[in-house]
Amino acid sequence: MTVSTKKIGRTKQNSSLWWMYLPALLFVVFFIVYPFLNGIRISFTNWNGFSQTFDYIGFRQYTRMLTDPDTWTVVRNTLIYGIGSTIFQNVLGLAYALLLNQSVHFKTLTRTIVYLPVIISPLIMGYIWYFFFSYQGGALNDVLIGLGLERINVLGNVDINIWIIVFVNTFQFVGIAMIIYLAGLQSVSRDFYEAAEIDGASSFQKFKNITFPLLMPSITINMVINIIGGLKLFDVIISLTGGGPGNSSQSMSTFMYDLYFGREDAGYAATQGVLMMVIILILSLSALIYFRRKEVEA
Amino acid sequence: MDYSSNRKKIALSTLALFITVLHFLPFYVLITTALKEKSDFSSKWVFPFDISWSNFREAWEAANLGNALLNTGIITFFAAAILIIVGSLAAYPLARRQTKLNRFMYMFFIAIMVVPPLAALVPLYQLVVNLGLMNTHQVAIFNNVASYLPLTIFLYAGFIRSTIPKSLEEAARIDGAGTFRIFFQIVFPLLKPITASILIIACVYIWNDYQFAIFFLQDESVQTMTVALSKFFGENANNLNLVAAAAIIATLPMAILFLLLQKHFVQGLAAGSVKE
Repeated sequence: MTVSTKKIGRTKQNSSLWWMYLPALLFVVFFIVYPFLNGIRISFTNWNGFSQTFDYIGFRQYTRMLTDPDTWTVVRNTLIYGIGSTIFQNVLGLAYALLLNQSVHFKTLTRTIVYLPVIISPLIMGYIWYFFFSYQGGALNDVLIGLGLERINVLGNVDINIWIIVFVNTFQFVGIAMIIYLAGLQSVSRDFYEAAEIDGASSFQKFKNITFPLLMPSITINMVINIIGGLKLFDVIISLTGGGPGNSSQSMSTFMYDLYFGREDAGYAATQGVLMMVIILILSLSALIYFRRKEVEA
Repeated sequence: MDYSSNRKKIALSTLALFITVLHFLPFYVLITTALKEKSDFSSKWVFPFDISWSNFREAWEAANLGNALLNTGIITFFAAAILIIVGSLAAYPLARRQTKLNRFMYMFFIAIMVVPPLAALVPLYQLVVNLGLMNTHQVAIFNNVASYLPLTIFLYAGFIRSTIPKSLEEAARIDGAGTFRIFFQIVFPLLKPITASILIIACVYIWNDYQFAIFFLQDESVQTMTVALSKFFGENANNLNLVAAAAIIATLPMAILFLLLQKHFVQGLAAGSVKE
């Protein structure tokens, strides 16, 4: 009798309780996995997005994508948004965290103001910076005129506008990197520094040999979330440049939106979606694997 | 305190203040713009001497912001509630039962985090049309739930693994309580700190959502804050004072929430980032 109750107890402990995650699974499969797989199917068609009939045209959308010069502009922009924002957010975020981790005045105020944009919609953040950068009556041009210089059209200049978008995205999300680095810094024990000071280590040596290696987990998480966020960039582009002039500041997300709703080219939009998925997957996985390995070494 | 470290503190504090001012500049421009009449052509840097609140009233009415506020509130409330219930329920077995199936499912949910929602835009749009969910609150609720579930499960699972003692569950089981009851009566109340953090993060994301809303909530009766604002910007590109006022109205609820619950915002982020 006692043996059998024990057995029941054990099988209960080992059961997967799969019904508890069934609702979550249904949500994800229905609204993410199924549409994504269906998107792969649509990428082999010439569907326009609304008609009842379409043809399967094999790899024609894929060859079109590879020979379309727009594809390369858009992929280049997406990579700049992803990698550029990641670099700036991490360098600045770490610098801010190092500063606020010391004994300074205005600590809470600085942290609050730097973090504030994180809670604002990226779309609205784009509009806020639009007031700053717009050609007509923008705050930046007011300064330039005041200094006796020529007005500049930063959002209309195809060499500058993508960097303005990187800047605004960095400004908006540097607070997340800062907070994660601050949490990381606060978890580093004071003992390490005291031991290093006894050995006569310089500030730079302490940073290089203690702070930096112990911050590796924070660096990994920041790199991965920043790169995923940057590669998915959409809202802020819509509000700052709308992807223009031409396709000059288009990201893969805005380009797909434009193909589907603007040009009724749903099959091709789906093909671009597949490419986007592949690029994000490769980049975020390599970032994850690279930095995790660094963590182990450190 | 000796002289040199005091001087260092003053230098670093000045730097901190400088950073704060720099980060506040765009908000300053936003505020001055919102407080000026359209006829006021002074520079955006100049603070208006006679403050005009009329932009706020005009934007509120013209952009139908009351309606947008209500829609955004409904969607945020229901999506966040479903997210908490479905997410915590899913995280529990994934954190506690290390079967082969559960390990695989956990990896599956984590992998989904990488999928950009827009990569599946075309088929998702088709699915929503076929289900007859176009221009309904449900479509925004479901999409937001699906897209933030992986993060929610990740945060809950980490918390359960590191802070909820296994013995608790075993003790309850001896009393003969069912798994469901054990979860809602014993485990869930202990998840309060992480639930608060997840709620805050999720509410901000869902409140600010534009990617789903712009595709599925085009009709004015269901449009959210972000959609109302992007349309309003399109119609008033040469009256930025109105747009600035609307932007402030749209931002205010989350800004107030943030200032009141700042501690939880910061803790939530730190919780997600610190390795178990």
